[in-house]
Amino acid sequence: MAEFLQFLFSGLTVGAVYALVALGFTLIYNASGIINFAQGEFVMLGGMTTVFLALAGVPLPLAAVLAVVAAVAIGLLLHRFAIEPARGADTVTLIMITIGASIFLRGAAQVVFDKRFHSLPHLFGTDPLRIGGAAILPQSLVVLAGATVIVVLLWVFIDRTLFGKAVIATAANRLAARLVGINTGHMIGFSFAISAAIGALAGILVTPITLTSYDVGTLLALKGFAAAMLGGMGYALGAVVGGLLLGLLEAFSAGYLSSKYKDVVAFLVILAVFFVMPQGLLGRAKVERV
Amino acid sequence: MSILQVERLSIAFGGVRAIDDVTLSVPRACVFSIIGPNGAGKTTLFNLISGVYRPAAGRVLLDGVDVSGFAPDRLARRGLSRTFQNLQIFFRLSALENVMVGRNRHETTNVIQDLLHLPAVRRQNRATREAALAALARVGLEADADKPAGSLPYGAMKRLEIARALASEPQVLLLDEPAAGCNPVETGELDEIIRAIVREGVTIVLVEHDMRLVMNISDRIHVLANGRTLTEGSAAEVRSNPAVVEAYLGTHNARGRAVA
Amino acid sequence: MARLIDSRYTPLVAVVFVALALPLIFPSPFYYRIGALVFIFALAVIGLNLLMGFAGQVSLGHAGFLGIGAYAVAIGPTHLGLPSWFCIFAGAGASALVAYVVGQPILRLKGHYLAVATLGFGLMIAIVLTNEAGWTGGPDGMSVPRLVLFGWPVHGSKAWYWVAAGTLAVGVALALNLIDSPSGRALQAIHDSEVAALVLGVRVARKKLGVFVISAVYASVAGSYLALLNGHITPDLAGFMRSIELVAMVVLGGMGSIFGSLVGAGVLVVLPQALTGFHDYEHMALGLIVMGFMILLRRGIVPTLGAALAGRAP
Repeated sequence: MAEFLQFLFSGLTVGAVYALVALGFTLIYNASGIINFAQGEFVMLGGMTTVFLALAGVPLPLAAVLAVVAAVAIGLLLHRFAIEPARGADTVTLIMITIGASIFLRGAAQVVFDKRFHSLPHLFGTDPLRIGGAAILPQSLVVLAGATVIVVLLWVFIDRTLFGKAVIATAANRLAARLVGINTGHMIGFSFAISAAIGALAGILVTPITLTSYDVGTLLALKGFAAAMLGGMGYALGAVVGGLLLGLLEAFSAGYLSSKYKDVVAFLVILAVFFVMPQGLLGRAKVERV
Repeated sequence: MSILQVERLSIAFGGVRAIDDVTLSVPRACVFSIIGPNGAGKTTLFNLISGVYRPAAGRVLLDGVDVSGFAPDRLARRGLSRTFQNLQIFFRLSALENVMVGRNRHETTNVIQDLLHLPAVRRQNRATREAALAALARVGLEADADKPAGSLPYGAMKRLEIARALASEPQVLLLDEPAAGCNPVETGELDEIIRAIVREGVTIVLVEHDMRLVMNISDRIHVLANGRTLTEGSAAEVRSNPAVVEAYLGTHNARGRAVA
Repeated sequence: MARLIDSRYTPLVAVVFVALALPLIFPSPFYYRIGALVFIFALAVIGLNLLMGFAGQVSLGHAGFLGIGAYAVAIGPTHLGLPSWFCIFAGAGASALVAYVVGQPILRLKGHYLAVATLGFGLMIAIVLTNEAGWTGGPDGMSVPRLVLFGWPVHGSKAWYWVAAGTLAVGVALALNLIDSPSGRALQAIHDSEVAALVLGVRVARKKLGVFVISAVYASVAGSYLALLNGHITPDLAGFMRSIELVAMVVLGGMGSIFGSLVGAGVLVVLPQALTGFHDYEHMALGLIVMGFMILLRRGIVPTLGAALAGRAP
């Protein structure tokens, strides 16, 4: 039981990060139809920028804020100089552009920062809490709470504000949105900004536990993408569910089966889901119109 | 015996019954038209018959064999092909190559032979090309054979789809709005093309909004409204049926004027 | 000129010509190595282009097959005492079998789902290669015994330059044959409209599987050659970045252009070599190049040039 709880918590913690990355994928996908493979780099940028600002003597809370601002700025630049000029290109081309951006950002991080692993101080220290025999790091709870707050804020924003409604309209039908006067270009830029902020926050929250380095983005992007697809691409709730599920899958297969092959198990489950439910867990089946 | 039978076919999308309990029977080597206002379910019915959608209930029989739930390629190999309302042209290929793809089910070389370009492949390519040219000629597009398919005018693309389907040598050919985008002259040509196809023993099932064409060419007309059968009969019977006129006029369908 | 690019066996003639001409201008033997790398990558890229550019099925895990081919010529001779040349074929056979088995379920997926599935597949191969250290040497990789053909040890960049050039010529010829055949037409049809191909009776699933297997064999042979050329391999060869590199080569050169595959492989093999002096900035430059080409020449180098030349022709 203690073991089960241990795996449950570590799964939820990692899953929360995956969920936030998947949410970033979803926001951009809904606004633009683009899969942004540079999503993982935002997580890296959040963690690394905070680390290096803190090392330079900037107080930690301010460093974190600045890191989020930096990530948002990079997200906007990415949209302005890489995505907008390629409007109308086909899917594979757009995927390659974002992958190019991801390689670039990783390369830049390697030059601007360094190639070592870094950590941040835990918010409430490193003494584990004892819950049902399992040892839980307080930072795990911080990650979970932070992810929850982000998801709730995002939901309130999208559900309650006019701007949020415009986001929904753009996601539902870009052409129709444009016809009723929504500037869909701004919506896409906005989605990059929000996604970058969410990614950076995830990076800052989880760095004390998982450490960070210039190249952590790739694997996070892959996992986040898989999680978003698992939940059903384009569904914010699906992204959260998919992320948590993927984290749990990994934690439990690492714990009970093989820590070496946890990723293999996770991907096999995802594939199995695709075959049974080709639209993901929460996605609605689309009827192909011919 | 009829070549194509549809028995109590139904399908629903998100609670809306797009096709609801439709039964029809198509005699061999005739033109059987399906008409109805926009949204009546004509294309959905085509998608069900050609295996693009799986029916929720009911059966489809092709030449007396129950083919319900067969995949489209399996149906095509049994002799049922179709064209599309929203064009499905192979834009990467030339007009001729489009039609050559229609010969695919008659081509016998395997992928290893294809890789090695053995003499069998060369012979196959020649035979396919000739058959495809003949099919293009049947729709009057032989002069456009080497043009990129995407460069053809809309009406020509519609006919290209017919040629492509003919090349697969179907017993039953479903035509989804072949006259859309055609001027009166082209529609007249289309009339001739369809009659020639039927003379060769192919059964045509036609969905079309051009009522003049439909009334001229059809042996039987099946009328759908809101996914259900409204009536069926000869052109004269359908034209004089007040329910049909009402179905069209009641839907604010501009094209409905053609019926009256 | 545009017609020259269109005509059927032109890419084959080009490969032979380039392979024969390049040594005349190589300033040092080091360049044979780069030439060999270009040819080997071009081989893998042509296979992937058949899958992506012609059949329209994306694969973000194709380096997995590079890995299978590479480890076949490493593990076979080292652990099983098999001759290297045989292991090239065995690796290709294994890749074909894996592609056949994996392809059946995976190729039913479309678009982004196919992307995730192939990506996951590549990742799994890399994970297995990393974890089965007893066989593969783990993350540090293993050394690859030299290839001996008819008592003649194939070693050195020069030998591999010619072996790779010859194999590439065969690969190009086979690809060109395939394109101009019933299977090739069917694949291009599937790319444009799967449903239209289906209603004409094309066995879409079987055709996709066929081209997936073929592309896997191309990648596997390329992987074997890379391993034999370098003499040492690590699981990175099968990793995500390698897969991306292959896709980038396809897209950069031009989807659906065999000629483009050669150009794409050439550009992305030569450029990093040219940038080795700026080692720290290599990734930044690579990322910028990929982004720049994709934004400015989104149809790929060769199709864009072809269209420009055709537009200028009377």
